[in-house]
Amino acid sequence: MRHLDIADLHAGYGSQQILHGVSLSVDRGEVLSLIGPSGSGKSTLLRTLIGLTQPSAGTVSVGGEAVDYARKADLARLRDRMTIVFQQYNLFQNMTVLGNVTVTPVKIRKRPAAEVEARARALLDRVGMGDKCDAYPENLSGGQQQRVAIARALALDPEILLLDEVTSALDPERVGEVLAVIRELAGEGITMLIVSHEMAFVREVSTRVAMMDAGRVVEVGTPAQIFENPTEARTRDFTARIFRH
Amino acid sequence: MDSVLAQAPAFFSAGNIAFVLAALWRTIAMTAIGCSLGFVFGLGIAILRRSTIGWLAPARWLAALYVETFRRVPFLVILIMALFALQPVAPQLSLLAIATIAVTLVATAFLSETIRGGLDSVPRQQWEGAAALNFGAWHTLVRVMLPQAMRVILPPASAFVVMFVKDTSLASHLGVVELTFSGKILVNRGFSPVLGFGVILVLYFALSWPLSIAAARLEKRLAAPRHR
Ligand SMILES: Nc1ncnc2c1ncn2[C@@H]1O[C@H](COP(=O)(O)OP(=O)(O)OP(=O)(O)O)[C@@H](O)[C@H]1O
Ligand SMILES: [Mg+2]
Repeated sequence: MRHLDIADLHAGYGSQQILHGVSLSVDRGEVLSLIGPSGSGKSTLLRTLIGLTQPSAGTVSVGGEAVDYARKADLARLRDRMTIVFQQYNLFQNMTVLGNVTVTPVKIRKRPAAEVEARARALLDRVGMGDKCDAYPENLSGGQQQRVAIARALALDPEILLLDEVTSALDPERVGEVLAVIRELAGEGITMLIVSHEMAFVREVSTRVAMMDAGRVVEVGTPAQIFENPTEARTRDFTARIFRH
Repeated sequence: MDSVLAQAPAFFSAGNIAFVLAALWRTIAMTAIGCSLGFVFGLGIAILRRSTIGWLAPARWLAALYVETFRRVPFLVILIMALFALQPVAPQLSLLAIATIAVTLVATAFLSETIRGGLDSVPRQQWEGAAALNFGAWHTLVRVMLPQAMRVILPPASAFVVMFVKDTSLASHLGVVELTFSGKILVNRGFSPVLGFGVILVLYFALSWPLSIAAARLEKRLAAPRHR
């Protein structure tokens, strides 16, 4: 049984359809990267998976259980198992770094505050933000906010982690750190869907790569297949263009 | 001036002081209760008008009609309307209670718009982030939306309350012995207007000045994260 099964997923904003039938299967502990041109629907796919954009057709199953996005109970259960790091980080501006990481475990999941806080500090250390616990997001750089957002997601012990452009705001040396964290997480059996424009990173970290274009997955394969031997012309054009930059 | 000084001992009699303090209390009660309830109901209306649930459309429409009407009608008219509407159905209500209800009606309309503007100022990423983390409506409101919206809500809301302290004097037309009316009564009893209204002036000032200071303090505290 696949950990995450997406079949013929359609979604969009209002009357504008963005996803035109996305199908993907991801095994437990797999790191699947989504690549593709800007506007191809990568973020929309992650938003739909976490239930922020309503699918208009298709099915999503987690661990074999179909998710009904119209049902509150299903959504809540899904979001207990799956979490997302947004492209814009979406840290709560009125809370400190530590507050951002602890608020959900303590206030929503009702776990003991002291235990959660100790864990949160350890996670912030792990992403190199241990010395910024009392800072507010607006006083942090994009890369720093991104690392806090990763710690916030990890504090929820997700089975499935969605990462949107998780390296876009990081300086090169930090990319290495985040890469190491992601590898460790994969080793712990966390399933990951990663959107990235950083092809070297994608190649390093992914077990498989999915190429998206115009709201569809046009090709899925191992990094070697996608980067060295793509069957689709669109994939070849895209990777060639992006490697030249 | 001599007559003012000569009158002073009689004016500041225990009876008169108690009379004016009772009137001051009524002014405070109308403003504090009316504006607090107005904030709560205004928050409700703001949330209703921001909701996108289809079957609530008629309620949203009614709320908009209410807000637009009560922001446009003079407070005195609302006071009189409240009196004539409430007295037949609830004769046990005191004039003070009716005036407080009128304050609530107006404050609800004004504050709902202020609160709506504040909630609208919070970027969608904030509540989407909360939703993805399994925050329910209540937690999203009190932990994410309101704390951020307050920065935008507080300045106009506190200005409204400070303004409205004065407008409650219109309740005297209903016969509520609030601060202004108490001054008028004392002057009618033969005291000098300089004394009678002078004391009232000082009391209005003593009421609204600390209010403004408290609001300014709170604004500073809410803005603090930016400068830490
Ligand atoms: N909230 C929204 N409302 C309306 N349209 C949107 C919204 N978000 C995205 N879109 C549109 O949906 C399409 C797909 O956007 P999406 O963000 O999913 O692309 P992407 O592949 O993540 O692109 P990028 O690489 O630039 O992040 C775009 O045409 C975009 O304009
Ligand atoms: Mg995107």
